[in-house]
Amino acid sequence: MNTSRVKGVLLPAIALLAFEGWAQFSHLQSDALAPPSAIIIALLKAIGDGTLLGATVDTLAAAFGGLAAGGGAGLLVGVVLGMARPADRLLEVTLECLRPIPPIALLPIALIALGFGYRMEICVVAFACFWPLMVLSRTAVRSIEPGLIEVSRVLELSYLAKIFKVVLPASLPTIFLAFRLAAGVALVVSVTVEITINPMGLGAGIMAAQQALRPDLMLAYLVWIGVVGYALNDGLFVAQRLFFGPNSTRARQK
Amino acid sequence: MTAGASPGAEFVFDSVTLDLGGRTILEDVSLKVRPGEFVCVVGASGGGKTTALRLAAGLYTPSRGSVMLNGERLRGPSRDLAVVFQDYGKALLPWRTAYGNVSLALEATGIPSSERSDRIEKLLATVGLPQQAEKYPSEMSGGMQQRLQIARCLAQNPKALLMDEPFGALDAMTRQSLQDEVLALVRGSGATVIFVTHDLEEAIYLGDRVIGLLPHPGRIGIDVPIALPRPRDQLATRESGEFLRLRRELFDFIKASEK
Repeated sequence: MNTSRVKGVLLPAIALLAFEGWAQFSHLQSDALAPPSAIIIALLKAIGDGTLLGATVDTLAAAFGGLAAGGGAGLLVGVVLGMARPADRLLEVTLECLRPIPPIALLPIALIALGFGYRMEICVVAFACFWPLMVLSRTAVRSIEPGLIEVSRVLELSYLAKIFKVVLPASLPTIFLAFRLAAGVALVVSVTVEITINPMGLGAGIMAAQQALRPDLMLAYLVWIGVVGYALNDGLFVAQRLFFGPNSTRARQK
Repeated sequence: MTAGASPGAEFVFDSVTLDLGGRTILEDVSLKVRPGEFVCVVGASGGGKTTALRLAAGLYTPSRGSVMLNGERLRGPSRDLAVVFQDYGKALLPWRTAYGNVSLALEATGIPSSERSDRIEKLLATVGLPQQAEKYPSEMSGGMQQRLQIARCLAQNPKALLMDEPFGALDAMTRQSLQDEVLALVRGSGATVIFVTHDLEEAIYLGDRVIGLLPHPGRIGIDVPIALPRPRDQLATRESGEFLRLRRELFDFIKASEK
């Protein structure tokens, strides 16, 4: 761990210690707050009895399922629209009308159509993940160096060869960035679906802890979701550097 | 590339006119390029040199008239016609190595991967890049990248090489050695060459014939046969009286065309 990370951890660590001290000193009794020590104990217990990991698997399964389905569809549509201007003009109004719909607003319909469970959650996540992939891959394909497209014309590459040998490789860094953004969206949307309606995964775990008046467990879930989200983004970030070299993330990562 | 493996292509421009965006870029251009001929095209900038080359490559379709390739109407790009683009940085795939970039042309022709590796090694050696197979274009100098683009064009086993100011962005020394290399390669392959340049001396040094375009709209203004003996030599050829006379003639033409 380098020094800048150590410095970054310093402030939250002090805040937590101060909060712990205050909670112990004032004999904190609350339905919303719990001292950090109690949160850590609840977290370890939830890990120990397997409920937390089971919930994590449920949430991630739905998140990745939705990411794969929606992201994949978005990629396909984005590439096609990026390459074919007529299709782009034909679908522009339709897509621009659908895009502003908040994924969560689909919940009532999704629930009636699909019931509780994975399928419904995956569909809502997929809707949310479709957009970043569609928009970014369309832009990436459109902004390919025209010289490369001419080379593929001069070499008489077939349509598929042109896509797989020129268009996709040229757009890959942007497409991967879109997947990274969409993965974050997928986690947010899946947990939101679970909190609002779907009785499974991490979101449902928070709601159960809340209804059992267990602020320590509720906050333990919250901390855990943060850890999962951080690990997800970090993992994808490392993968991107691995595949496309250190320069692929430098300009875009803030 | 063995001599005579791919006899050169014949181009016939038959009163070709091209309008782009409401402007006439080329007007009533008629021209015949014989198989194996090395034709250089010069002219003031904006005079339609590149446009004429793109018409020959099938990248543009004439608004009126026709471009015939070996007696058949040219309807689009063809693998028989290799194009060397001026901007090599935008014509090479940055994510592929030198080897992979040459391979692209072989993949396009459907040559099985088992036969590619030998041919790619040979082609890279031909253009003077024998040890560079694993390098990426970004790791190569401008001259090397242009050599690589030429290697990819040779991989097409083309009947014609269409070169659009290929050495315009290179320094003088690299430029001269590439000129000689191209002459040697072309002599070995028998391919027809259409070579666009704004450098009159380069045009005279390389060509069997130099065509000068008049601008706005582009028309053929002068068509000069170059009777200099081959093989040509950077010093002796450029110092010969005939070379200087041709340079004077073309220089006067370009000056007059700009008025």
